[in-house]
Amino acid sequence: MLYTDEHSKLRQTVRRFVEQEINPHVDAWEEAELFPAHELFRKMGKLGLLGITKPADCGGQELDYSFAVAFAEELGRCNCGAIPMAIGVQTDMATPALARYGSPALKAEYMTPTVAGELVAAIGVSEPGAGSDVASIKTTARKDGGDYIINGSKMWITNGMQADWICLLVNTGEGKPHENKSLVVVPMNAPGVNRAKKLKKLGMWASDTAQLFFEDVRVPQSNLIGGEGMGFFMQMQQFQEERLFGAATTLLGLDRMIQETITYTRERQAFGQSILDNQTVHFRLAELQTEVESLRALVYLTTERYVANKDDFEVVKLASMCKLKAGRLARVATDACLQFWGGMGYTWDSAVARSMRDMRLLSIGGGADEVMLGIICKLMGTLPRRKKS
Amino acid sequence: MKILVTVKRVPDPEQKVKFKGTSVDVSAANWVINAFDEYAIEAALRLNENAATGEKLGETIALSIGPKDVSQQLRSALAMGADRAILVGGADEELDSFAVARIVKAVVEREKPDLLLMGKLATDGEASQVPQLCAALLDWPQATFAAQITANAEGLEVKREVDTGIEVKQVKLPAVVSVDLRIISPTAVVNGKTPATHAYQEGPRYASLKGIMAAKKKEIKEISLADLGVKAAPVTKLVSAEPPAGRKAGVKVKDVAELVSKLKNEAKVL
Repeated sequence: MLYTDEHSKLRQTVRRFVEQEINPHVDAWEEAELFPAHELFRKMGKLGLLGITKPADCGGQELDYSFAVAFAEELGRCNCGAIPMAIGVQTDMATPALARYGSPALKAEYMTPTVAGELVAAIGVSEPGAGSDVASIKTTARKDGGDYIINGSKMWITNGMQADWICLLVNTGEGKPHENKSLVVVPMNAPGVNRAKKLKKLGMWASDTAQLFFEDVRVPQSNLIGGEGMGFFMQMQQFQEERLFGAATTLLGLDRMIQETITYTRERQAFGQSILDNQTVHFRLAELQTEVESLRALVYLTTERYVANKDDFEVVKLASMCKLKAGRLARVATDACLQFWGGMGYTWDSAVARSMRDMRLLSIGGGADEVMLGIICKLMGTLPRRKKS
Repeated sequence: MKILVTVKRVPDPEQKVKFKGTSVDVSAANWVINAFDEYAIEAALRLNENAATGEKLGETIALSIGPKDVSQQLRSALAMGADRAILVGGADEELDSFAVARIVKAVVEREKPDLLLMGKLATDGEASQVPQLCAALLDWPQATFAAQITANAEGLEVKREVDTGIEVKQVKLPAVVSVDLRIISPTAVVNGKTPATHAYQEGPRYASLKGIMAAKKKEIKEISLADLGVKAAPVTKLVSAEPPAGRKAGVKVKDVAELVSKLKNEAKVL
């Protein structure tokens, strides 16, 4: 994939924005376990960064997905994983289905202000009893007059404490688990929505993660995205962008970590030479950089296919591979680099320790590694059929 | 008003300078807009807009001189909000300050702007000559190193920081103004239309995604020196450029007594 001059200019703007508006505050936000989502998103909305691929009638730029990947890649310059994740939820995880299948009225009410950064969005899929096993969710939406009445709970919801609305996956019927689900827009100030608690996590501190309860929450049926029963399908589609976006944001973070490790180990002396001069160190770092470049190539390849055809089935496999590889590589790379940093790396405030904590989520969120492997196997035709009990 | 703003490309100041023979090696340079020119673009855009309503008050034209690649920096100026751009073809090595000033003068005579706005210097050569030379060649009033610009009925009031305080100049238009770093502070540019309460974000504006995409369709007019009837004919010659001598490593002293002794006997400062 070749980035054009416009891609580079977009990246320049994002780079400066990260350096001036995000990185100086990251330590304070991490400490507070919260970042000012509305303030930051409004600034980004003004620059058009929250609607890169969104339709023009919602204030978006309607550009192809390669621009979203350029944006995601550049967000990797953030000194933490939390902010790119929170932004990604707003632009590529909570909103693709609404942008593609939402009614004009629903888009006007929610998509347009979200693109402008006036509203903060969250995506509600996981539940206490159903994470990667999306089909097993228990939250229900039952019809009552012109409304839905929603009951249930959602878990590990990014932006959950600050969001103005949530794209909620619910069961709207009794049928088969893949055919009874729907995506519904739920305003977070609706009576019966309870933001129960901010969850403490291993990493990604600057991002607020919530457990949410819905008790007889009433929303108009016009808040349904697409058709009833399409929820599982739309969510699976929506996951492709989430996975590609997630993989793209890791690239520069890994590059930077390897570079910083080189700088540190070059200066640090032990046994009469620099740590870097040990072959086990410089070889390992070369190996890791090679893997990062391979991941970058895979992200670009997948993006190219996705830009050419949104519904290309091969993209599902490739996007799953991107996400799997990013998660796996981040675990191996942060561990290897932390080792070379020695005692300095093990201290709580070191950048490499933060990378390790933050990037660990990649193998879990948005479908765990094992789910990615299942999808890849299915598309390779190697997944054993489940026996009917 | 119609503003012509000059945009020079310079090697990224964050990049390490490389030398080749007796000159600076720019073959692998990462080119960026000279920071002071970026401030001049910002100042021009602020003069030419009502920031509250988005209404445009005049035309902003970006001008650069150099090889065709310079169009990249001009596109950045267009993405920030300039209306159109002019690229005068020229070879970097032939462009000394005097040549540049004569070329700028020729473009000014074609475009007839109300204001020629420039950075106070370029961060590569740091000559700080071209704005003053332009003013002399055009026989226009000049106000250099502007820290604040206020548009008024008589032209522009320019405040400049000098050692003893703030100097205030009033210039009639057309004029040449060169800008200093302070011009990008939140209320440094007053045009009488943007409400006095409006505070800009510090620094040159980010190119918005909309601006970036719109810049693609804006005009960059290419003109040759022959079209302008100007010969570069540099009058200065670069004799050599070399890196400063590397610093020697310092020494660690055992105690205060040794320090005092060194200061007294070696450095001879005591």
